[in-house]
Amino acid sequence: MDATFKVQRYDPESQEGSHYEEFEVDLPEYGSVLEGLLDIRDHQDGSLSLRCSCRSAICGSCSMKINGESRLACKAMVSDIKETEGDIITVEPMGNMPVIKDLVVNMDMFWEKVEKIEPYLQPTGPEPEKEYLVSNDEMMKLAVAMNCIMCGACVSDCTVLEVDKTFLGPAALAKAFRFAADPRDGAQEERLESYNEPTGVWDCTRCFMCVQACPKDVAPMERIMDIRSMVVENEIDKKGRGQRHIQGFIDGVKHSGRLDEFGLARKTFGFPIWAFELADLGIRRILRLRLPPIIHKSIKSAKNVKKIFENLGV
Amino acid sequence: MPQHQVLIVGGGLAGMRAAQKAQELGMDVAMISKIFPTRSHSAAAQGGVQAAVSEDDSWESHAYDTVKGSDYLGDQDAIEILCSEAPDDIYSLERMGVVFNRTEEGKIDARAFGGTSVKRTCYVADQTGQVLLHVMWEQLIKSGLKVYSEWFVMDLIVEDNKVAGCVAMEIPTGKIEVFRSKSLILATGGIGQVYSPTTNGLVVTADGQALAYKAGATLMDMEMVQHHPTTMQANGVLITEGARGEGAYLLNSKGERFMEKYAPNMKELASRDVVSRAETMEIREGRGVDGCVFLDLRHLGRDLIMTKLSQIYELSRDYANTNILEAPVPIQPGHHYIMGGIKTDVDGRTWDVSGQNRWQGVEGLFAAGECANVSVHGGNRLGGNSLLDTIVFGRRSGQGSTDYAKSTDWVNIDENSVIRGAEDKIKEIFARPSGGLRTANLRSEMGSAMNDGIAVFRNEEGMKKTLESVRSVRDRFPKISLDNKGKIFNTDLLSVLELEFMLDVAEVIGIGAIERKESRGAHAREDYPDRNDEEYLKHTVVNLDENGEPKLNYIPVTMTQWEPQVRTY
Ligand SMILES: Cc1cc2nc3c(=O)[nH]c(=O)nc-3n(C[C@H](O)[C@H](O)[C@H](O)COP(=O)(O)OP(=O)(O)OC[C@H]3O[C@@H](n4cnc5c(N)ncnc54)[C@H](O)[C@@H]3O)c2cc1C
Ligand code: FES
Repeated sequence: MDATFKVQRYDPESQEGSHYEEFEVDLPEYGSVLEGLLDIRDHQDGSLSLRCSCRSAICGSCSMKINGESRLACKAMVSDIKETEGDIITVEPMGNMPVIKDLVVNMDMFWEKVEKIEPYLQPTGPEPEKEYLVSNDEMMKLAVAMNCIMCGACVSDCTVLEVDKTFLGPAALAKAFRFAADPRDGAQEERLESYNEPTGVWDCTRCFMCVQACPKDVAPMERIMDIRSMVVENEIDKKGRGQRHIQGFIDGVKHSGRLDEFGLARKTFGFPIWAFELADLGIRRILRLRLPPIIHKSIKSAKNVKKIFENLGV
Repeated sequence: MPQHQVLIVGGGLAGMRAAQKAQELGMDVAMISKIFPTRSHSAAAQGGVQAAVSEDDSWESHAYDTVKGSDYLGDQDAIEILCSEAPDDIYSLERMGVVFNRTEEGKIDARAFGGTSVKRTCYVADQTGQVLLHVMWEQLIKSGLKVYSEWFVMDLIVEDNKVAGCVAMEIPTGKIEVFRSKSLILATGGIGQVYSPTTNGLVVTADGQALAYKAGATLMDMEMVQHHPTTMQANGVLITEGARGEGAYLLNSKGERFMEKYAPNMKELASRDVVSRAETMEIREGRGVDGCVFLDLRHLGRDLIMTKLSQIYELSRDYANTNILEAPVPIQPGHHYIMGGIKTDVDGRTWDVSGQNRWQGVEGLFAAGECANVSVHGGNRLGGNSLLDTIVFGRRSGQGSTDYAKSTDWVNIDENSVIRGAEDKIKEIFARPSGGLRTANLRSEMGSAMNDGIAVFRNEEGMKKTLESVRSVRDRFPKISLDNKGKIFNTDLLSVLELEFMLDVAEVIGIGAIERKESRGAHAREDYPDRNDEEYLKHTVVNLDENGEPKLNYIPVTMTQWEPQVRTY
């Protein structure tokens, strides 16, 4: 199977800036994008740098942008891509992280965020002599989040991180869920309190990009929503952020038929955090043209939406 | 010059466990890894880890199965330690946060695996290695371990047969640095890429074995290379033994469950060497399809597959275009593991601490995990015993290296000359005229030769041919030239250095294999089909002699309570 790879190249040691190069590769029937890149590196241009090891979607090394979406190169099958996305396969380094060379990015920021959520079990009380007795269901619920191979695809595609580097981000928060929901952990309350702070779970705009990008079905956004529910259920949220977030969400949609992001942030964090801490973010969002409209317009059928809410008694 | 009392090369399970122990004992510890620790190949382990944790099991039974699995080549004192210490290690991993699958009572559950008399393999779905590796990494974040990530160790520094540290290159910058230590533990994993194809990752390149061998340590039983019965044809990726453990069948092209013929009692769950040979026989006798037989999971049902084998579902879909819920997936035996490795005692020491010099080693140099050979796997490793090996002997080498570091002084290093040596080596490679040979071509020549001659079945002629090919590749090795002569993230350069490591190790595998004139465990010879305890119940050991040539020798196997018996399943 022939394929054309258009690869973003960047070598900090050369004068030439970032640019694209095209390569023709001949792959076996079920060849992956990774195999294509290795073929280029092995037989055409050994200077192409990328990270890879397991070839089977478990080590998390080979995440990169393939036709604009962050994916694992070893899991992206060339034949599937050619069938649905056309003949040229464009390969670029992950987003939201600085490029070191070609397809290799600096993931320091990624690991720092993971470290911030205190990613280790913190049991309290006397240790059992053998194992903790817990149900299989409780363990398997965590296994969903433990599927995370920390490849960075979700962080690469996160639209909040694009404008706000302080957000803990989808990978770290998915891992945070894994500890907060572990019946063996003794620090649940402190954990939830810290994830409830600005930069935590309420910063997610539910854009779904991380769910789409995750190659291991961790669905980080859903894990963030799980934490939000835990925050509300456990009455952690003394400042009422979650409650206000939910109420703000409902009010906005009820009023105009769609999400009022601007108003939502104001309602969630309240004055003065909203005004001072988030103002900086607002300015950066304006600069990136990512700011939600300040003047919130209603959709045409807003009245019908309102009726739905009224019928539901909300 | 960074300096740490205990330095660990390798960020896989063995390295992390060793680091954790040494740190717990109050040492100043650092870990060096050529890839970020969680990328280590331990993550790829799917099936599980063995330990006699269920009530109807005992560590003695585990030890007997392991001795038998090893075809009596395993050292029984080491096996007793492995199996008796296993349950406590597994419990402590659980308390650190591993989300093991549970029984109805909420205890750690165990599944069936090949060559075990009871269900003994503790597991986390089919992602056991990944979860273990991540949990160990979490523990190291907690303890604030110093990690040098993406540093490639090029050489060990040895003075008067005592380890002094190592020299390494920082991959993102190309900077070369000397690391000084009192004890140094090699935990660099297997040799996978010496073979093509292999289930192992692209970074599994025999570095530690070669580093130790060149530094004066002993490589033991390197001919004992395991081929796994269920690997995918397209790229060699593994389907876990856990699939057969959960009840999957092996079928030939006629739809027959052929294992009934070769292992009437254990069938699909006989030892790996037995199953791989049976598959090869079926294929050779014309009952395969395109070099493969089939693994049939359909009768296990969607629920079981999707909860306990979901990774297998995905891998089969992606790499074999097969929906295992609806069709059997074609599989073949493929390179998977090396039982042989750097000879150590049960505390990870590479030198003979008795002072009797029964084997050659380097004082202060330790090894653990797949790169080491304690020896608990002998001629054939049981599935699930390798993760256990990394955990038990990783911990013990953490203890051993601490004891040693406390008892010794720093060795002096001429830092500048070591750095210059490493830089000159790279300069020489860069200076070669372009248009020379390509690393990848030589690597695949070596890999195919190894797979042709020293795989499931072996014979003198085939092995000699393989060894010749390996030596011919080594003769041409200096003619390789690179496309990339830069400093930053130069994987072109790393590939050459790795190939050099692999060629040394491939040669040792070949030498040991040709000289073991019997069939034992994974070493199945067509020209010597029987086990010969009288002449070969002994370990093959290979060292470099004064002229830098490999020198072959033998040392006895340690027996405690189990006499060799005929091995049937
Ligand atoms: C696909 C697959 C499935 C498996 N399934 C199972 C199973 O179910 N149960 C079981 O018990 N076993 C299983 N095994 C075997 C088991 O996973 C391995 O033997 C074990 O994980 C090896 O661990 P390790 O710590 O020795 O090495 P690794 O995890 O491979 O770590 C090696 C480390 O060394 C570092 N390193 C290497 N060279 C250098 C260098 N030059 N400089 C710096 N750092 C270096 C690497 O960066 C890496 O961090 C499986 C193996 C494979 C391939
Ligand atoms: S190479 Fe390991 S995830 Fe792709």
